[in-house]
Amino acid sequence: MPDLGFDFEDVTVERDGVRALDGFTAAVPATGVTAVFGPSGAGKSTLLRLCNRLEVPASGRVLFRGRDIAGLDPLQLRRQVGMCFQRPTPFPGSVAANLHAADPGATAVEMTAVLEQVALTGSWLARDATALSGGEAQRVCLARTLITSPETLLLDEPTSAVDAEAAHLIEQAVIELATAGMTVLWVSHDAAQVQRIADRVLRIDHGRCIAVDGRPSR
Amino acid sequence: MTGPVSWLGLVTSLALVAVAVVVSLWQHLGLGRQIAWAAMRALVQLLLVGVALGLLLTPGRSLWWSWAWIAGMVIYAGDVARRRAPEVPRMASLAIASFAAAAVITLGVTFGLRVLPLNSRTLVPIAGMMVGNSMTATVLAARRLVDELRDKRDEVEARLALGQPSRLAATPYVRAALRSALSPQIETTKATGLVFLPGAMTGLIIAGVSPVHAVLVQAVVMFLILGATATTTVVVALGLVARVFTPDHRLRPLPLGGGKRG
Repeated sequence: MPDLGFDFEDVTVERDGVRALDGFTAAVPATGVTAVFGPSGAGKSTLLRLCNRLEVPASGRVLFRGRDIAGLDPLQLRRQVGMCFQRPTPFPGSVAANLHAADPGATAVEMTAVLEQVALTGSWLARDATALSGGEAQRVCLARTLITSPETLLLDEPTSAVDAEAAHLIEQAVIELATAGMTVLWVSHDAAQVQRIADRVLRIDHGRCIAVDGRPSR
Repeated sequence: MTGPVSWLGLVTSLALVAVAVVVSLWQHLGLGRQIAWAAMRALVQLLLVGVALGLLLTPGRSLWWSWAWIAGMVIYAGDVARRRAPEVPRMASLAIASFAAAAVITLGVTFGLRVLPLNSRTLVPIAGMMVGNSMTATVLAARRLVDELRDKRDEVEARLALGQPSRLAATPYVRAALRSALSPQIETTKATGLVFLPGAMTGLIIAGVSPVHAVLVQAVVMFLILGATATTTVVVALGLVARVFTPDHRLRPLPLGGGKRG
């Protein structure tokens, strides 16, 4: 059995009296891209938010590399497990200021390197992050997450609010990261995208894991 | 009555309330009843306070009665703040803590450093002005901060997801709330004397105090209000941050606003 990234043990999450996850049980290997696939309202985003403790379960356990995340320091966990959201969330200020918000000690060389990972260049550092297009802003947000050098990347439909070209660039960047050894959980409801990016698919519906399908390779 | 305004003068001044009511009727604002009620309520409250202050300021009365009065005022102000900002979690206790902190600092400086002599005649009015004038800014800071954190939840959670502690993640929104709450007081302070004459100074001049002495008192009051407003807003904002985030750095759900502004 491969190393486990995340292990969900009978996890239940309730919000406003509704069960977003209902006895969810599944294991996610610590390699490659795992797509979390399912219809709207299935509990995909909630599952992702559990992984870096933006949300906590009402019952059950979430293990990260074999350790219950309830017992881990949430700030340290979040630097190990980076997250990129559905809508771009650039902070006011320059692209460099955004990267410094994640890593105050980052040098210009490090910032340029991380921008290049998302198909941008160092010339973007001085640009106003709030004046970028949706696709550009999302790539800056991905770079902002990557500059903390996370081991695992959580992506909550990161291409749903961007144009096709930006979506392609984000997919390529993430596939390269996964090939280089990063564990990726990618929430998507786009079956074609899942086919393109995923090593395996974790199918979720009504707050429950209904299947984990492996694929030979991308 | 031996002051500059007689009972007849007071009754005559009600004509000015009538002006406000007439404007409401003329423009079909539907506020006539409210204006009349507000004026009458304020008059009755002021008369009751006047009677109570008369008892409080009786020569020989212990200063502890004045401190008790101030404590009551702070608690009542907390309740008023809660009603003005119903969407702010546990606003009453936050506001009480902020007014108490402001009282310790501003009254400590004013009386501890002997800017004014400590007696009932100075203590109660000064504390009253401190609480009353910092109320609006306190409520504004709390409401603005809750609005910011709720409306920019995605951005706040993006900061948390980067591993920022909740206090750091909230900093930009705390700054925005404090700036918006303090700006009106700063503008008022800048305009004092040029655009308007403040109440304390006007009252002293009407009561026969020389304008220079009235100005000195007003300047002290103005600085006290500025210091109090800065203190109450920062205490309420930081206290709120401690309450809207969990100890493990998650942002709690925040309700939508709906109360009276201000």
